[in-house]
Amino acid sequence: MELSGAEIVVRCLQAEGVKHIFGYPGGAVLYIYDEIYKQTSFEHILVRHEQAAVHAADAYSRSTQQVGVCIVTSGPGVTNAVTGIATAYMDSVPMVVISGQVPTHAIGEDAFQECDTVGITRPCVKHNFLVKDVKDLAATMKKAFHIASTGRPGPVLVDIPKDVTRNKCRFEYPESVPMRSYNPVVKGHQGQIRKALSLLLSAERPMVYTGGGIILGDASAELNRFVDLLGFPITNTLMGLGGYRASDRKFVGMPGMHGTYEANMAMQHCDVLIAIGARFDDRVIGNPKHFAQNPRKIVHVDIDPSSISKRVKVDVPIVGDVRETLVDLIGLIEQAFAAGQTVNQKALAAWWKQIEDWRSRDCLAYEKTSDTIKPQFVVEKLWEVTGGDAFVTSDVGQHQMFAAQFYRFDKPRRWLNSGGLGTMGVGLPYAMGTLLAHPGSQVACVTGEGSIQMCIQELSTCKQYNLPVKIVNLNNRYLGMVRQWQEIEYGSRYSESYMDALPDFVALAEAYGHVGIRVERPEDVEPALRDAFGKYKDRLVFLDFITDRTENVWPMVQGGKGLTEMLLGSEDL
Amino acid sequence: MRHIISVLIENEAGALSRVVGLFSARGYNIETLTVAPTEDHSLSRMTIVTGGSDDVLEQITKQLNRLIDVVKVVDLIENPYIERELMLIKLRAVGKEREELKRMADIFRGRIIDVTDKTYTIELTGDGAKLDAFIDAVDRSSILETVRTGSSGIARGERVLKV
Repeated sequence: MELSGAEIVVRCLQAEGVKHIFGYPGGAVLYIYDEIYKQTSFEHILVRHEQAAVHAADAYSRSTQQVGVCIVTSGPGVTNAVTGIATAYMDSVPMVVISGQVPTHAIGEDAFQECDTVGITRPCVKHNFLVKDVKDLAATMKKAFHIASTGRPGPVLVDIPKDVTRNKCRFEYPESVPMRSYNPVVKGHQGQIRKALSLLLSAERPMVYTGGGIILGDASAELNRFVDLLGFPITNTLMGLGGYRASDRKFVGMPGMHGTYEANMAMQHCDVLIAIGARFDDRVIGNPKHFAQNPRKIVHVDIDPSSISKRVKVDVPIVGDVRETLVDLIGLIEQAFAAGQTVNQKALAAWWKQIEDWRSRDCLAYEKTSDTIKPQFVVEKLWEVTGGDAFVTSDVGQHQMFAAQFYRFDKPRRWLNSGGLGTMGVGLPYAMGTLLAHPGSQVACVTGEGSIQMCIQELSTCKQYNLPVKIVNLNNRYLGMVRQWQEIEYGSRYSESYMDALPDFVALAEAYGHVGIRVERPEDVEPALRDAFGKYKDRLVFLDFITDRTENVWPMVQGGKGLTEMLLGSEDL
Repeated sequence: MRHIISVLIENEAGALSRVVGLFSARGYNIETLTVAPTEDHSLSRMTIVTGGSDDVLEQITKQLNRLIDVVKVVDLIENPYIERELMLIKLRAVGKEREELKRMADIFRGRIIDVTDKTYTIELTGDGAKLDAFIDAVDRSSILETVRTGSSGIARGERVLKV
């Protein structure tokens, strides 16, 4: 029997086990929406702006490891989606984006709602396709899911002209799609892994540095085991938080621009550094020349060869899946220990003493006040009230750093933020995608009054689908991170960083049919959070915390500075 | 340093723009780029002449390999190789210039492939330096038009770049 292209799209999604898709209809995708209407195997979530559809699908994937799926129409549908696609691309999130296109005969004629989708998205997708013949549709969909989810994951876009969704052909969903040009490596080189082992066992000042690759590669259990076996200090990047349990003493906090003193000092002064699923980016190691000043041996495990030796020269590169490589390493370590070998215990004890000394600086300490709410205090209370077990999404800015520093993540896939692209506005759609993937769980969106307004229209989507997100708005009436930089580097000239004419967020939340609570005193923080997660458990609650206007995020490594050239507080300015 | 990168890539719509886009997005330099289908029409072969430090070249090769359509990448300068470029050059040829240009074409093993009362069009093959030398050898003012293909390269000996 022959099926239309639109039916084929739906059948492919069913074959991939998709349960939720996020989207917004329009002319070019109407045949597909007609088929969505006729089926019951997955639910379509209607967002209020295409950007949010992509962010929500992205979060669905980040919080589950499944491929997120979204659908947008041609022209403005796609251009609105670009920010979401670029966000997912920078953080290597597996996603399939289906976009409508004008009919094949109209392509190139500047048709209504036409744009060069494949051209516009090319630099921010792992791959994209324009399907010109319905006969190629099923195999292309299979390839899209395969490419998105294997190797270093990423978004894949499938652009489908309207006539292709109407035309018919026999449907057969291929079980696999061999591609001679795409065969990602899985297994790390065994010789290199043994070299890494001998470096680890002989290290005097070892350091484990892991990133988003641990989360994406589902290697958290193996990482915990690996670090427990060795007893080494470990740091997780912003993208890797939760990869290793933050409540353990071996965790020294996040590294980088707003990382802890002890993490940055240990990164700089270690003699053997093993980087796993991390990419030495500018926000993590600061100035690479400064980083290279201290001699150390570096082992780098990554699935993407292009991440290795991009910014920092490494001694033992291992290209492979992070989990497989960790399993291999754990096996070798256990063998070595069984044969009587050990890590360098004496040197390690001295190294830990040094790290504890750095840790005793208590670099995240902040002034406790009774009259104004400190943003750090809100996040600490959020951690307490949710038992440290919530899914926390954030936007971009100071609140993001406070959440990363003060919410101690013990599990992977609990912390969702835009680390690479740094996209303001992701927080609320991320919370939506997470709640749909994990119904009934606690989901908090830690945001600021700047970021939340970038996708605030999604309050309406949350109402439609009963998504009880808890919005923790750290409202300091400033674009806080911009203000902080202007204070430190631009002579306190606060150019356009003041958020004037803010809405009454409580009234706004209520207008959308939600609960709004304004909190202005420190003693009201915890009760408000308890109400949000208790009394109003099943409602979306917009908690508008009026926080200290001028609080800064410390420590801070200024742009271009070395990792250990940290400012620990305003007294260092 | 100058490098000559050979790329085997799926012969599909948009494949070339993925490569070109990669170079511009990451700030790599392209001196010349040639591309055409191979004897197997499902594949195209590209030769890209580029420059950069070893680190940059390592990244270029890795980033090219990351493109889904790219099947194989080789930097030809790692082994002995042959490089050729084709130039068509139209020259003013009147009076005694005609004989002079004919002689010059012979010396460079070029061929006159089109003739009018006032012009010669010469076809010349070689590496880039040879083509430059020819341009330097003729009177600048007599050059009416030049068109060069950019370099194509292949490894010497039995080494082959195949799927």
